[in-house]
Amino acid sequence: MDSHVQTIDLNAFYGNTAALKNVNLEFPKRQITVIMGPSGCGKTTLLKTINRFLELTDGTRISGKVLIDGENIYAPNVDVTEIRKKAGLLAQRPYPLPMSIYDNVAYGLRIHNMKRGHDLDNAVEHHLREAGLWDEVKDRLRSPATGLSIGQQQRLCLARGLAVEPEMLLGDEPTSALDPISAQRIEQRLLDLKNEYTIVLVTHILRQAKRLADYVVFMYLGEVVECGPAQQVFENPQQERTRAYLEGQF
Amino acid sequence: MKRRQVEEAIFKFIMVCSFLLVASSLGLILFTVIVKGLPSLNWAMLTQTPKGGYYLGKEGGILNAIVGSIYLAGGGTLLALLLGLPIALYLGVYSRKSRISDWVRLSLDVLWGVPSIVYGAFGFILMLAMGMRASLLGGIITLALLELPIMTRAMDEVIRMMPRDLEQASLALGATRMETAIHVVIRQTLPGIITAILLAFGRGIGDAASVLFTAGYTDRLPSGLLRPVASLPLAVFFQLGTPFPEVQQRAYSAALVLTFIVLIISLGSRWLSSRLSRFALK
Repeated sequence: MDSHVQTIDLNAFYGNTAALKNVNLEFPKRQITVIMGPSGCGKTTLLKTINRFLELTDGTRISGKVLIDGENIYAPNVDVTEIRKKAGLLAQRPYPLPMSIYDNVAYGLRIHNMKRGHDLDNAVEHHLREAGLWDEVKDRLRSPATGLSIGQQQRLCLARGLAVEPEMLLGDEPTSALDPISAQRIEQRLLDLKNEYTIVLVTHILRQAKRLADYVVFMYLGEVVECGPAQQVFENPQQERTRAYLEGQF
Repeated sequence: MKRRQVEEAIFKFIMVCSFLLVASSLGLILFTVIVKGLPSLNWAMLTQTPKGGYYLGKEGGILNAIVGSIYLAGGGTLLALLLGLPIALYLGVYSRKSRISDWVRLSLDVLWGVPSIVYGAFGFILMLAMGMRASLLGGIITLALLELPIMTRAMDEVIRMMPRDLEQASLALGATRMETAIHVVIRQTLPGIITAILLAFGRGIGDAASVLFTAGYTDRLPSGLLRPVASLPLAVFFQLGTPFPEVQQRAYSAALVLTFIVLIISLGSRWLSSRLSRFALK
């Protein structure tokens, strides 16, 4: 297994409460790893340590390491904006930026000085196509992004995230606010994109996990209970708690 | 069941009463200013400076005060904005909940409650220390100090209301806090920021006490940053203080002009903010 992200003795605290306890994991490159578990088990917290989002919340503390391509992203000299550029985030609800559809996608390209002029137009089109939104918005690129439906907004957020050319995508229950058809479209996109990106997905929907996962991490109360290839974990769980969760006991 | 309906009716009654109280005080003020001010409002009032025997009710107008007030309040608001917007962004984006930001908010709240005559006296002492005389610049600085707490706290409140996730959407793309503040936070909260500016401008243009010592008064049009300027609130004050009924009437028309300026600016900025908030997340 070619690992892309690795956590070493990772602990996270909200105040004095431990939210992650000694997490040692490897996330394989260009695969979908699904983190699942009941509410409050630390799934989202784990995800937020990968793009250094946890530190945006007051009173959080981290010990241990998170390595991306072997480099500790919590080392003192690391530029946090570079880390976040590498790891695109798809949040629970889409939050389009207060600008046009075009500018939403161009925003990241502009702040990182990646594209200009005609190249920018091409890049915006390319990433909207990548997110499967181009045909629906090509005639109204200059209208407010807030005018899109929520499912379209989530795909716009995907395009916006892909535009800065990340290496991985982090999904924090990205379909939970969407209707079934929009959710299906996002899932399809993720399956298409896993050939190019490492995808880490948090979900509490078991069936979604089964549809998408190559690797599975099962968490409970801040600890990793079990992890491994999806088929193995789903069909032959080694731990009693995993088995109970898969059978819907909690 | 009955008791709850009576309660509901009582509260509805209280609501209607308070609405009537607010609406009728506004109506009464406008009515007084219009009835007393409109008869002596004419073109000369708006386009001429005071001329021979103006204070005896003869020729001329209050152009000096109109222009002076716009310069003073415009300059003061601009200066307050230059200081206040960065403070509000610091409080809202950089240091949301820290001991420093708590102290800054408390200080601003206290400053908000300081009477304007105290700002006037403070500005006056400051000017004496700097060897300045009553002037447009002195008035602008004093008004900026007066407006700063109102404007900053009003902007701080709207920025704090903004969903955190929107800010994080920008940070997730690798934007710095500065880029997020300028491109996302300001755009999203623009209508609120414009309201804050307007609130501050309204307080600045209507204040007499703070410009009394610091801007002075003159019958001429403003001619430089270091020369005294007239202002509408002081024009009203001086004219009302004369024993001549004609001049007192002019005070009411000056008040009417002042009210109109505030009204035009309010409507203009509402229009502007509705145009600019087209893209904002609702």
